[in-house]
Amino acid sequence: MSANAQMVAKYKNNFLKEVQEQVEMGEWVKMCMQCGVCSGSCPTNFHPGWEHPPQEIFMMIRAGKREEVLTSPSMWMCTSCYNCIVRCPRKLPITHIMHGLANYAHRLGMAPKMQPTRHFAKLFWNNCVKTGRVNELKLSMGLYFKDGFGQGIKNGMAMKDVALGLLKAKRLNPFEMLGGHKCKDQNGIHAMLKKARELEEKRKAIKAAA
Amino acid sequence: MSAEKKVAAYICKGCGLGERLDADALVNVAQKEGKVQLARSHDLLCSAEGVDLIKNDVANEGVTHIMIGACSRRAKTEAFYFPQNAVARANLREGVIWIRPDTEEARETTQEMAEDYIRMGCAEVKAMSAPAGNPNTGSARTLLVVGGGVSGMTAALEASRTGYPVVLVEKSGQLGGWAAKLWKRIPVHEPFKAPAGTGVADLVAQIQADPNIKVYLNATVTKTDGAPGRFEVQIATESGSVATEDIGAIIQATGSEPYDANKLPELGYGKSPDVVDQAGLEALARAANGGPILKPSDGKPVRSVAFVQCAGQRDADGQHLPYCSGYCCNASIKQAMYFKDGNPDIDTTILFTDLRTPGNGEDFYRSAQEKGVIFSKGKVASVSPGAGALTVNFHDLILDDKDAKLEVDLVVLATGQVPNSGVDIEALSKPPVEGEGGEATVEAKPISILNLQYRQGPDVPQLKWGFTDSHFICFPYETRRTGIYTVGPVRRPMDMAQAREDATGATLKAIQAIENAQLGRAAHPRSGDLSFPKVRLEGCTQCKRCTVECPFGAIDEDEKRFPLFNESRCRRCGTCMGACPVRVISFENYSVDTVGSQIKAVDIPDEFSEKPRILILACENDAYPALDMAGMQHNEYSAFVRIVPIRCLGSVNTIWITDALNAGYDGVMLMGCKHGENYQCHFVKGSELGRYRLSKIDDTLKNLNLETDRVRDLEVAITDIEHVPAMINQYAERIVEMGMSPFKSF
Amino acid sequence: MAKKEYAFYPGCSSQKGASASNYLTSVNAMCKTLDVKMTEIPDWNCCSASIGYAEGGELPRHVLNARNFALAEKHLPGQDIVATCAACWLGARESKERLEHSSVLLQDTQEALNEAGLNIRAIPEVRHMVEVLIEDLGWDALSAPVKKPLEGLKFAGYVGCQTNRPFGIVGENFENPMYLDKLIETVGGEAVPYDQKVTCCGGALAFSEPDKAQAQIKDIVESAYDHGAEMIVTPCPLCQANVEIYQGHVNKKYGTKFHIPVLYYSQLMTVAYGGSAKEAGLDGQVIKAPKLEAIAGKK
Repeated sequence: MSANAQMVAKYKNNFLKEVQEQVEMGEWVKMCMQCGVCSGSCPTNFHPGWEHPPQEIFMMIRAGKREEVLTSPSMWMCTSCYNCIVRCPRKLPITHIMHGLANYAHRLGMAPKMQPTRHFAKLFWNNCVKTGRVNELKLSMGLYFKDGFGQGIKNGMAMKDVALGLLKAKRLNPFEMLGGHKCKDQNGIHAMLKKARELEEKRKAIKAAA
Repeated sequence: MSAEKKVAAYICKGCGLGERLDADALVNVAQKEGKVQLARSHDLLCSAEGVDLIKNDVANEGVTHIMIGACSRRAKTEAFYFPQNAVARANLREGVIWIRPDTEEARETTQEMAEDYIRMGCAEVKAMSAPAGNPNTGSARTLLVVGGGVSGMTAALEASRTGYPVVLVEKSGQLGGWAAKLWKRIPVHEPFKAPAGTGVADLVAQIQADPNIKVYLNATVTKTDGAPGRFEVQIATESGSVATEDIGAIIQATGSEPYDANKLPELGYGKSPDVVDQAGLEALARAANGGPILKPSDGKPVRSVAFVQCAGQRDADGQHLPYCSGYCCNASIKQAMYFKDGNPDIDTTILFTDLRTPGNGEDFYRSAQEKGVIFSKGKVASVSPGAGALTVNFHDLILDDKDAKLEVDLVVLATGQVPNSGVDIEALSKPPVEGEGGEATVEAKPISILNLQYRQGPDVPQLKWGFTDSHFICFPYETRRTGIYTVGPVRRPMDMAQAREDATGATLKAIQAIENAQLGRAAHPRSGDLSFPKVRLEGCTQCKRCTVECPFGAIDEDEKRFPLFNESRCRRCGTCMGACPVRVISFENYSVDTVGSQIKAVDIPDEFSEKPRILILACENDAYPALDMAGMQHNEYSAFVRIVPIRCLGSVNTIWITDALNAGYDGVMLMGCKHGENYQCHFVKGSELGRYRLSKIDDTLKNLNLETDRVRDLEVAITDIEHVPAMINQYAERIVEMGMSPFKSF
Repeated sequence: MAKKEYAFYPGCSSQKGASASNYLTSVNAMCKTLDVKMTEIPDWNCCSASIGYAEGGELPRHVLNARNFALAEKHLPGQDIVATCAACWLGARESKERLEHSSVLLQDTQEALNEAGLNIRAIPEVRHMVEVLIEDLGWDALSAPVKKPLEGLKFAGYVGCQTNRPFGIVGENFENPMYLDKLIETVGGEAVPYDQKVTCCGGALAFSEPDKAQAQIKDIVESAYDHGAEMIVTPCPLCQANVEIYQGHVNKKYGTKFHIPVLYYSQLMTVAYGGSAKEAGLDGQVIKAPKLEAIAGKK
């Protein structure tokens, strides 16, 4: 049984409960009072707009629209500007709830497949934990080549002027491709993160079993 | 007091008056033109020395009438307190020097203004006499409370603890009202997180243990006669016995009924026993007594419940209640907790369009969210009973889903409050108007509550939707019947916490009314006023205008159809005086003559002088304080105006305006309070009645061949401090445009 | 001995040859003048930034930051951690807050840290460089070393998001923080008022959803121009990069002709304190700042 099917079986139709127990900061969803300040404060809600701004996402969770929420690209529009957090009259950590929902949808394999921010987020994490530090060049390349080699060259060409500018300003180092900055104790970092992942899975499983 | 009238005028030179004005000239005007027997000036009249000067003249010189030319009549009232004498005040400070520029060129017109006010003050005081107080007092100290719910019981206990005996009349067989039918109440103490005990049993026990409170159960008021301090109330009990009680003041705490859910068949009421109103749910919760709440249809525990807010309320289509009852959101939150606190697995959904949780309801709301109550913003279209479950069809307003559905075991309709206010006495005299402005006409209850033996009808007047009328902003407890106070949801929609506060406040007002009635003094807003209307019956034509118009129902008719004044019911607004076509009604210190002689005392320059004269009749409750405050802020206005304070626009007798125009005034400004639904008038109807009367003035103007703009009716609020000088200046310019009145020097 | 000492957390973008390397250059020069000693946390690692949420999840994210806390505590005891990057500061501060708030999270974190032979006792304070300047040194100390006031230059202080929300600088308003304007004025420049001071530059979406981010960048640059700014100043590496390097793309898409230098506050301070263009990292500008270079070049 897939991770997703397991969760469906465990929580049946109670998506709100599922979110409360499985999503980072999910216990806050019920506290939304539907004022809409978050939707009005979100910068990406205007260019050209989300499918579902946070207010709606919260309502959909309460209405049990599991599939619609988890497959939505909306959470992936978050720029982490934290405007919704500081303006929410109920002090909901909306940014973190959005991140948590995105992470949950991603873990269950429900998030939209080639959603660019999802892809970028994954690249970023893998890039930074590999050596302990981000390799900006590899990160960019990884992003451009997400849709295959041909598209990658095209994307790279489109960004050529930007890259040249950075190169000239010595803020892009082509030799990063060959290695670049790294932490000394990479083994320690890997072991530590592996353990952290295990512990987190264990905690979530206990909650789901209860 | 000496029978011989001796008038003295005192001119103050303090606060800059001495520098800005020629005090000697003013003394001279008082003597020569004001014809006072004694005139003096003083450097600081409100000082102990100045006051002693006046007192000495009263004691040793036989002065009976005092004219003080100093500050506004609203200032230094304690220093210039001479209760044995007739006192008039000429406003030279706020009304003259503070609103005029301190320049050489303005000096002449400023002095003219001051001299006119001295002439006016002298004329006014001569037309006055010191008020002797209402002789027709009553000394009953018992408070009648009608209604034994939470509001009524609170009022009874508060009065008793303050030392006033109480008679409590309850129509049902037990005390407690609606609150006694509740399982629990909305919390009123920290941390506002869970429903609390109603406390009703405790209130009932306190009432029963109080020897100062006499309770009539299964009883109604069949007759209320008299006035504050001397009400005579008949109480009939179901058994047939009738008692009579002497009552000082009355509190009507007759509460409300839930809006009839039978009018909401589309929401499933009457179609399924599992659709209940909030009162119905309270009954289910009481029956469950802490155990699981059971479905009325099959007696099985409820597993899911939906609350429909604004059921039959805030209705724009004119079918149901147009207003928000204010308490029902908190009540539904409380009822949802009945389920969640017992069993967190019960699905509870509150469907609202706007959640309104006054007081500390916001904490209560948050607590419900923490307990897992689901709040969905949606408008419910219908509730359809099906096999074993109810389907709530609603428009989800956040997701804009018009076909949203919810399957539940039980539906609770939040239907709101309808006041028990008795007979709508205005509807009695008017043909019914239907659907005007899209608002529902709430049906008048045919049964009277107080059975007042008043000329104007058996119950207290209503404002709208059946709620009783009171000055909403300034005097929320004062109804339009002096000494009778309505409290709780009969006055406006409210919850228990608000009703208790309301009852406490109104009880204190009722006690004041009892005390004032005993001393022959007025209640608000002229609290303590000893004057009262006097009528020269020999001149009365029995036209009934005074008995019909009195906003407080103070005037009845005697067996010969003459007006019968009940002084203790009177608020001293003077509306009767303004209404009287033969001018036979007056107060000792306020009459057609006291104002009329001021108008006539003003020196009217000839038409070539380029000095027009504008008369301002300003309401003493709003416009006059606004003018004074404009003075305090040194907001300048025209020197051509002469201002006379009046008790209310309703007291304006049209003769004053005709007299002014005939005397050669170039314009008249009437400054009164806003009237209509959101009225500001301290006498509720005074400004409206006054304006209605004055609307006929145009004919008079036409007869005199004058422009209709020679008289201007203006709405002025106490806050118009900046605005009112501008109004005056604009009108002064308009007068210059129109040219001088042709009636000068006739 | 230096006036103040801190455990320095420079972050990935400040490294040699990375996108904010000029930020580090200028911070070093600025700190030297102000007599502030910054010792790099040995073997520090990436904070995983805000975008780390999707793959990283909750505990691994906090564990990454906790490793830096443990290293700082071990090697630089008693020193506050100071970050120059807004995201590093925010990420670390958030982790500190959550770990201190939840004993469960802290317990799991310790267990994971053990795998790398580390543990934490007390988490050090996590500060942004701007806090050090304002709170620890104070405005007088910041204005004292000014040798070449940036007179006549108009700057738009672009605060952006993550040094402003959700934590922000103590005493500041989320909607209109004033500290950056005050820093500009402290070094003799003029801070123009404009309405996009705290607008988001698009953050990581500049990479993944360039259209959306560039629309925001356009709003920011346009408002700065319209209100008379000659340069934009920011405390955040991602703000700096996004607003500077995409101006060409914005121009192409919207038909604008923006060409406005975007600098760090530390570059302004270095120049005002008499530092050279190189010390101020002005050679690291993709859009050159000739007016600032001229002042730096003056004797």
